[in-house]
Amino acid sequence: MIAESLINSILFILKGGLTTLAIWVITVLLAIPCAILIAIIRIRYKNSLGRVIDLYTGLIRGTPLLFQLFFIYFGLALIFKINLPSFLAAVIAFTNSWMIYLGEVFRGGFNSVDKSQYETCKILGLNYYQTMRYVILPQAIIAILPEINNQVIEIIWSTSLLSTIGVNDILKASKVILMRDLTITPFIIAAFFYLLFNNIITLIFKKVEKKCSSYKPNYKYL
Amino acid sequence: MKIIEVKKISKKFGKLSVLSDVSLTVEKNQIISIIGPSGSGKSTLLRTIVNFEDIDKGEIFIEGKNNKTKDAISKVGMVFQNPNLFPNKTVIDNLISAPILVKKMNKNMAKKLGEYYLKKVNLLNKENYYPSRLSGGEAQRVAIARALVMQPDILLLDEPTSSLDPELVNEVLITIKKLAKEITILIVSHEIKFVKEISDKIYFMDKGKIITSGKPESIFFEQKNQRLKKFLKTFSYKLN
Repeated sequence: MIAESLINSILFILKGGLTTLAIWVITVLLAIPCAILIAIIRIRYKNSLGRVIDLYTGLIRGTPLLFQLFFIYFGLALIFKINLPSFLAAVIAFTNSWMIYLGEVFRGGFNSVDKSQYETCKILGLNYYQTMRYVILPQAIIAILPEINNQVIEIIWSTSLLSTIGVNDILKASKVILMRDLTITPFIIAAFFYLLFNNIITLIFKKVEKKCSSYKPNYKYL
Repeated sequence: MKIIEVKKISKKFGKLSVLSDVSLTVEKNQIISIIGPSGSGKSTLLRTIVNFEDIDKGEIFIEGKNNKTKDAISKVGMVFQNPNLFPNKTVIDNLISAPILVKKMNKNMAKKLGEYYLKKVNLLNKENYYPSRLSGGEAQRVAIARALVMQPDILLLDEPTSSLDPELVNEVLITIKKLAKEITILIVSHEIKFVKEISDKIYFMDKGKIITSGKPESIFFEQKNQRLKKFLKTFSYKLN
């Protein structure tokens, strides 16, 4: 009876886990390309487009994620009568935030690549897109892998905010069982899932970092 | 045929004049060297030729075309003080990236061409190494091969041995000497003995100006210019 209840709890929380995972995957897949684009715009374009992106970056970095989440879910409904489903609102808020946070990380990565690499590409005849795509981006990514790892883990932590707008994530699922059974076990199961996610991601990043270590710059000779 | 023609160029960094009324000509198949003390504007001159630095006055032509045009720059290969290899690419990928991306060469052809130039710099056995596993001399030779693979009409060498340990300098100089028979070269170097051996003409620069120029024998043996004499004196142990 206890075992059956435990299995049911795990399955229910796992269902919430799948929602968390789905939001995480969509956020990462959408935010990273947008972040690269934003970083390039901020570095390359010092015109009005660059300034608009600068301002927007300041706005997003200066307000809490929960506020942004509420603004997209409740605010848009109140101001523009746009009623978004909670899942979609979560994806928009998370992608919007993390494209800015990760944009800053990528910007730092691009700036960390020596200027001489750009000059070498120029003299070899590569255009700006080819320079960024084939030479600068791969080097920048190696430099910022640990920070990207931190950020993607933070996305998982932040999914715990989603229960506030009714998304059935891990935390909400475990809270439902906790309220029903008045036991701490669902939180332990939730913690286990969070840890499992984070450790899998960290393991993947460690493997990638190890693979990249063979071509880490040796600045003495590069 | 004039490959490079620098006409009375001047350049300032803020109030500091780094190039002042500099003129220089490089003819086809010549080896032209620029010598001078540090900070005399030698590297800046090369950087203005390839358009890395804007000039305030004067004109620069590469094969008769203004150096601001893409077509003109495509005739030039350049090797820097540091090899600047792409650390994320193997030696062969460093060589073939530009031919594939810029010249739209197919990969097999680019690889054959890359291997041909790697053989020229004696590094065919290192084609699958990442740059971090190369010595400084090897990395600089790869950089030379990478510049050559684009088949430029002129190779600019900006102190190609200055970042190397003394025992690695020679292998790079031997490579350049070998190439000197096949391509037009404009080199900035502190390797005075080497410059004396390979150059058709030498320019001596100081404080952003070309003080004097001439054939090696006139620079080294018939020179009356006091500044050049003083400069060469510091290298006398290397020349003997």
